Amino acid sequence: MEILVCVRRVPDTSENEIQLNAAGNDIERDDLVYSVNEPDNYAVEEALQIAAKVGGNVTVVTVGGEDDEEVLRREMAMGANQGVLISDDAFNGSDGKGIATILKTFVQKGKYDLVLTGIQAEDGGAQVGGMLAALLDYPFASLVNSISVLDGGKLKVSREIEGGNREMNEIDLPCVLSIQTGINEPRYVGMRGIRQVASVEIPTYGASELGVNPGTVGEAGAKVKRTDYFVPALGKGAEMLQGDRQEIIAKLIELMKAKGGLN
Amino acid sequence: MARIFAYIVHKAGIVDDSAAELIAAAKKIEAAASPVAVVTGWGTELDAVCETLRASYSEVWKVANEALAYPNAELVRQALVKVVPSGSIVLVPNAHFGMDLSPGLSIKLNSAYVSDVLGIDGVEGALLKLVRQEFGGQVSAHVRCDASSGAVLNLRPGAFKPQEAAPVNGVIVDKSAEVGALSAKRRYLETVVPEAGDVDITKHAVLVSVGRGIQEKDNIAIAQELADMLGAAVSCSRPVVDAKWLPKSRQVGSSGQTVKPKVYMACGMSGSFQHLAGIKGNPFIVAINKNPKAPIFQVADVGIVADILEFLPELTSKIRETKQVSA
Repeated sequence: MEILVCVRRVPDTSENEIQLNAAGNDIERDDLVYSVNEPDNYAVEEALQIAAKVGGNVTVVTVGGEDDEEVLRREMAMGANQGVLISDDAFNGSDGKGIATILKTFVQKGKYDLVLTGIQAEDGGAQVGGMLAALLDYPFASLVNSISVLDGGKLKVSREIEGGNREMNEIDLPCVLSIQTGINEPRYVGMRGIRQVASVEIPTYGASELGVNPGTVGEAGAKVKRTDYFVPALGKGAEMLQGDRQEIIAKLIELMKAKGGLN
Repeated sequence: MARIFAYIVHKAGIVDDSAAELIAAAKKIEAAASPVAVVTGWGTELDAVCETLRASYSEVWKVANEALAYPNAELVRQALVKVVPSGSIVLVPNAHFGMDLSPGLSIKLNSAYVSDVLGIDGVEGALLKLVRQEFGGQVSAHVRCDASSGAVLNLRPGAFKPQEAAPVNGVIVDKSAEVGALSAKRRYLETVVPEAGDVDITKHAVLVSVGRGIQEKDNIAIAQELADMLGAAVSCSRPVVDAKWLPKSRQVGSSGQTVKPKVYMACGMSGSFQHLAGIKGNPFIVAINKNPKAPIFQVADVGIVADILEFLPELTSKIRETKQVSA
């Protein structure tokens, strides 16, 4: 099975406190630590497990710039067979549909049976997978938390729905799936693994190689645009317990007794 | 402004709470808006849903088709593309079905798409100024959406407060004939309910709930010791289940369990809306997090800025002391 996984590099929220910049039009990006969008690791791991079971290749692709090569290499260190960078100044400022439009042209250049994305990016809208599927006229399933390969060009997938229930579906290949976190345990990538793929060449495609009409993507094609960031006015907010540790604990115990949390 | 449609989620003949929230959102786009409810389904359940909706929507578009008896997003999309006029604004609740439906629907309607909308801050011509959250709710963003060729907006459940309104005695318009035959490359098989866990967190009055801040599996014991002292159970947020530190049955949230405790101790978690959606009954919420800007402090009753790995053991031993004294 030929599997394509779309990944993204995002600010790592476990490493950074996200704050506004002085102008309020963006987050403070100096000194941010970036890493691969966490849900994308689950998508890559799932692709690797499927390829190990039924045979095939795993390609990871990202739309971005030179800096984004590092996340491709990380996923190649996990075991992806190749990485592809899609990069062009004309792509800057693309909205979700723009990214999906660019990826569509790339998918059509290859012959992929299965396209995976992570469920959602930290700063994204859980949208590219569903849009890409619709542009390609492939079937789609979101929130996928298990996949098994059936005979006859089909998969059985479960979707995570409310209350821990799982919605079981049969889906024809080729298809696009957005992968929920927790579907597997993404393998660890050490420095040694990264070094082994450090010099592997990563092909880059631009608008002309892909045949993307620049007017449909980038800033020009974007109907949806983030204009500014802000920190919302807080609601009532919590009463913050102050003082030294022992005082805080004494207050908390009293409050818990009053609220029925401690007898 | 374009005509506004509200996609109605329903189950077993019962209209989802989001139906009223979509009206509230439509009125934020245009105060005088009278959105059209679009309902897909089949049989007596669908009829019951349309009857209910007549009380709040002046127009209810009914799309009956046996293939739509279960809401398969691919089939629902095909049906909507046939009945919804191009250029419309379509409002959809941002839950598992909306996430499945809306991105592709926006492509097929050739309209803009914005997911997980929390607020509508203004309209200028065909430009909508929308509010979203990013980075787990640490910051909010204004998003400008050009709805000149229509828009599909997924709205966060609970973000738009329904207003009291007199019943409207609306009309039901049967649009079924416009849809025709439907077939999909994805087929619904069945719904599998989760296995019961070792502990039923829905039955406890006190929950010690842990998030990513617990850091590793072995540290769950720290929360369990406090829970034992309180006669409580240990529950958790999604990252703890993803990491396999606790079973799925302990997860509180929209994709996990819905709990109604008296006291909820949120330990080392950010407080994502999906997690908060699983906490009902207005419990007393104690939040403990080392990040003073954690969004959980906005919704908690009491907040403590501390590392849970230090704080919880100290709290446990103090409670133990107190109990020994009173015994």
